[in-house]
Amino acid sequence: AVSLCFAVGQCGNQVGCRFWDLALREHAAVNKKGIYDEALSSFFRNVDTRSGDNGPDIYKGKICSLKARALLIDMEEGVVNEILQGPLRDVFDSKQLITDVSGSGNNWAIGHKIYGYQYRENIVEKLRKTAEHCDCLQCFFIIHSMGGGTGSGLGTFVLNLLEEEFPEVYRFVTSVYPSGEDDVITSPYNSVLAMKELNEHADCVLPVENESLFEIVNKIHQMINSGKLGSTVKQNSLVTSSAGSAKTLQEKPFDAMNNIVANLLLNLTSSARFEGSLNMDLNEISMNLVPFPRLHYLVSSLTPLYTLADVNVPSRRLDQMFSDAFSRDHQLIQADPKHSLYLACALLVRGNVQVSDLRRNIERLKPSLHFVSWNQEGWKTGLCSVPPVGHSHSLLALANNTCVKPTFIKLKDRFMKLYKKKAHLHHYLQIDGMEQSCFSEAISSLSDLIEEYNELDATKGEPRIDPSRLKIAV
Amino acid sequence: MSIVTVQLGQCGNQIGHEVFSALCSDICGTHGLCSKKENESYRDSCKERFFCEEESGVPIARAVLVDMEPKVISQTLSMAARSGHWKYSSHSHFCQKQGSGNNWANGYSVHGPRHKEAIMNLVQKEAEKCDRLGGFFTIMSMAGGTGSGLGAFVTQCLRDAFPTSFILNHVIWPYGTGEVIVQNYNSVLTLSHLYQSSDALLVHENDVMHKICAQLMNIKQISFRDVNQVIAHQLGSVFQPTHTARGSSGYSRNPLGDLMETLVPHPEFKMLGLRNIPQMPESSLAYSTFSWPGLVKHLRQMLIANAKMEEGIDWQVRAPHAGSSIPSTNKPLHFNTSLANLVILRGKDVHGVDLRSFRDPSLYTSWLSPQDAFSAWRTPRAFNKYEKSASLVSNSQFLLKPLDSIVGKAWNMFASKAYIHQYTKFGIQEEDFLDCFTTLEQVISSYTNL
Repeated sequence: AVSLCFAVGQCGNQVGCRFWDLALREHAAVNKKGIYDEALSSFFRNVDTRSGDNGPDIYKGKICSLKARALLIDMEEGVVNEILQGPLRDVFDSKQLITDVSGSGNNWAIGHKIYGYQYRENIVEKLRKTAEHCDCLQCFFIIHSMGGGTGSGLGTFVLNLLEEEFPEVYRFVTSVYPSGEDDVITSPYNSVLAMKELNEHADCVLPVENESLFEIVNKIHQMINSGKLGSTVKQNSLVTSSAGSAKTLQEKPFDAMNNIVANLLLNLTSSARFEGSLNMDLNEISMNLVPFPRLHYLVSSLTPLYTLADVNVPSRRLDQMFSDAFSRDHQLIQADPKHSLYLACALLVRGNVQVSDLRRNIERLKPSLHFVSWNQEGWKTGLCSVPPVGHSHSLLALANNTCVKPTFIKLKDRFMKLYKKKAHLHHYLQIDGMEQSCFSEAISSLSDLIEEYNELDATKGEPRIDPSRLKIAV
Repeated sequence: MSIVTVQLGQCGNQIGHEVFSALCSDICGTHGLCSKKENESYRDSCKERFFCEEESGVPIARAVLVDMEPKVISQTLSMAARSGHWKYSSHSHFCQKQGSGNNWANGYSVHGPRHKEAIMNLVQKEAEKCDRLGGFFTIMSMAGGTGSGLGAFVTQCLRDAFPTSFILNHVIWPYGTGEVIVQNYNSVLTLSHLYQSSDALLVHENDVMHKICAQLMNIKQISFRDVNQVIAHQLGSVFQPTHTARGSSGYSRNPLGDLMETLVPHPEFKMLGLRNIPQMPESSLAYSTFSWPGLVKHLRQMLIANAKMEEGIDWQVRAPHAGSSIPSTNKPLHFNTSLANLVILRGKDVHGVDLRSFRDPSLYTSWLSPQDAFSAWRTPRAFNKYEKSASLVSNSQFLLKPLDSIVGKAWNMFASKAYIHQYTKFGIQEEDFLDCFTTLEQVISSYTNL
């Protein structure tokens, strides 16, 4: 089963670029014979380019030229051009790019209404063409940021489009939410307008906050530089560096942060690509983690964050990996799942970890977690045999947990601060198709969502009364 | 008579592979401990039941492999082929690309009808290869989407296409603390549907198998493969050839029919539990001796005390009064009442073993005479390197508590309507759920009042 990725906007494309680089490296490490297999086909086409770029797809046999199943969309050319000049230039062909020159001015309305309208046909056509090459399309991934104009506006326009054109295909969105000190003043407007779209049209959203990524990257560097881990820690972990060279935090902070998000996607899809004793496909993630359609925001954490040289890790280290997955400082948003309410939790383990390790850790950690009354044992688990490159094992935890609420509340507060004063509103309202109601509906949608989480939180700690069972006449 | 196995979903295919491996290694090994003639007879009977011959001489499993995604079947086929001792036919599998997403409704309402023809064609082909078809054995888990949903649909199709054949569903019950969040929904839907079309459900619980691996087999880092191998051993101990009570000349020719006849006298009672002793690491086998009286005593106590394995048996639980049958309301708590039992003995000196303790009427509900309620199958041919091996297949209250627990959790979730939208979008409505709950509450009630 195949996935199609849409990288929209500057952030989306920078993350996307890291993702394809890591994916290629991961497959290269596993696929020694250079044969085009099912695993590769989930993200890459195999094209016969001997007679030029428009060659036919090769479905079996040796790898000729791998092309990412993706559309790169940006209303500025800078980032996409950089990708096309870099080591990934052969992974994309011109038919997969949609670019413009002037950008979206950090304005959701420009991205969504103006460029959306302008590029709709172009996007649909390219989407259909790309889908034609997929013999079983299962999932769309959208990677974007919420705070700007293109990723946020055009990104959510694409989301809408995907639902219209291919309603059966799952829509996973990885959204980078702006931090409090974001230098884009209008980011709260853009984010809230985008949130309404995510509420209504996404199947699953994986929110990510820059603050959290930054803190995690800092932690890793501290660990490495402190020397506490000694010579067992390699510098070339795929978490922190690209192209095999360690870069300092000051030089390119976003590179390391983007790597983390790219790893999230890699791990999310690993069990769908590689074999294991308990597979976890993408449609299973949506099925198990979304108990009610609107509550589809999943908090994620990735552990361990550093490479360990030893291959046979004694149980204690392994258990630490599980513990860390639930700690506040490993989450990719500013959240503390342990002190909030779980609706559902998924653990996707990679590498030499067996079912008994999973069970032992679930039993151990369960007592300190709060689960909603109707899902007391709500765990979804997956075991994938192939570890990520450079690690002997890894864990991705996905939580549908009320700890997302603070992120949304903060967003709402920042939005209201601007909206009450009608600051910068005219930049939006002067766009064709934008009205005051777009704003009021968007904030209403966000408020409703927050309210749903509030209601769930209110049930936490309540005594549990099981509903009475059906009675059968004897 | 031959049995056609249908392996459904990841679990079904992984276990199926271990079963055929275990059967094959049992007949290839030289640990029969019996006469050469006996051994050859056993081997031929097993081969006829589970394998068919090919020119190359490598036995081919009588199996159809079904899954909605390709990775597991691909692995299963290659692992079998690599063994060199047996393999699957290269034309007996059906798979798709998408999986069922742990969604019973997707497996049952979408994949089922869509792929019915292709799957039933494969089954038909396998059935035709059998000189005499003894019935179908399906292997599935009830927690996921394919084994459970598609498995329920396929079972129905088998019933429709082969109305007079026996169908035994081997169903794996998932770990209590989740493998799949919607596992209780999938389980309720599966069990209630299987009850309509199947002759009997033979159940293995992951939690129990896990404990056996940890406490009896001493495995430190238990993998699903370990769990599946224990399951395969237990299944082999039931399905390898035996002499039934009636004919002592030659091995039983109708294992599934015999099983149904002895254990399922009433269609309301189809839940079969399985116990097998002794169970220990292979390395310990050489240093252990067993006595039949000891094994029989343990097995009987495991039955009446509902012990899941040979360790931690509660010896306080006693049958009410030896020799008389009393109404269920007066039976002591924790006492496991049986409808019917089957004991299978394999190994040295098997014919002299005294099984009268299993004929005690107080073990059973009053409607059947102990003669009808209890059967024993034996063979002097040792199984899978165990000098003596005793199995119990029981139609009793063994599964009452686990079933009740699953239904309770599912009902609890249903009351909140959580996840229901995932099922309704594929055509399974709330009313369908209610029907399934009703069916299972009925089953629970029936077993409670045994």
